[in-house]
Amino acid sequence: MKVVYFAWVRERIGKAEETVEPPAGVRTVGDLIGWLSTRGDEYAYAFETPKVIRAAIDHTHVRPDTVIAGAREIAFFPPMTGG
Amino acid sequence: MTSNVTIRIQDADFDVNREIAALTMSRTDIGAVVTFSGICRGGEGAGDATTALTLEHYPGMAEAEIARHADEAMNRWPLTGVTIVHRVGRILPGENIMVVLTASAHRQAAFQAAEFLMDYLKAHAPFWKREETAGGSNWIAAKTDDDDAAARWDKN
Repeated sequence: MKVVYFAWVRERIGKAEETVEPPAGVRTVGDLIGWLSTRGDEYAYAFETPKVIRAAIDHTHVRPDTVIAGAREIAFFPPMTGG
Repeated sequence: MTSNVTIRIQDADFDVNREIAALTMSRTDIGAVVTFSGICRGGEGAGDATTALTLEHYPGMAEAEIARHADEAMNRWPLTGVTIVHRVGRILPGENIMVVLTASAHRQAAFQAAEFLMDYLKAHAPFWKREETAGGSNWIAAKTDDDDAAARWDKN
């Protein structure tokens, strides 16, 4: 699945998007954050405080317990500051 | 009652008066237009004053979230039109960041819908501001007040 990052999440990880293939045990958005965090120091830094990370699946906001099966694009970003 | 919804995300600056004219042109059923104009604030001249903002967004989702909220506003209030323009890229103090226009036969609907749209867009539309000051640049932290402001419109 495609994963995209924005704002300081993107800067900490050092890339705007990538394609990942998480193992079968990674069922939810929260699981995916946990798994991504193990992929290197830059990921651990980006996701060091999981509760502040917001997520969207296919352009819709989702919660950490949302199941990721069937997602085409999952986005991770900080709380929004537009307007 | 026909209605007019315009949503744009763009780098270029815009003219609020032209946006109002486009929303009201050739119509005689509009009695009120409320404008919320968001402007880049430079601060009071102290060392930490903002020298520029850079707006990042999530293309596709930003448009979809704004459209979703515009539709909800149209359903909740008797509006004749809504215009939302949000800039991205680097913006200098004094320049426009965004505008929300709501048009209706009467002022109450227009005022309430504009406030609803701003509260929701602040909390839910995927835009992020990076602030430049004389001392460097940092991502602006979200205010929990923004979530509270959006939540007061939730229907229980």
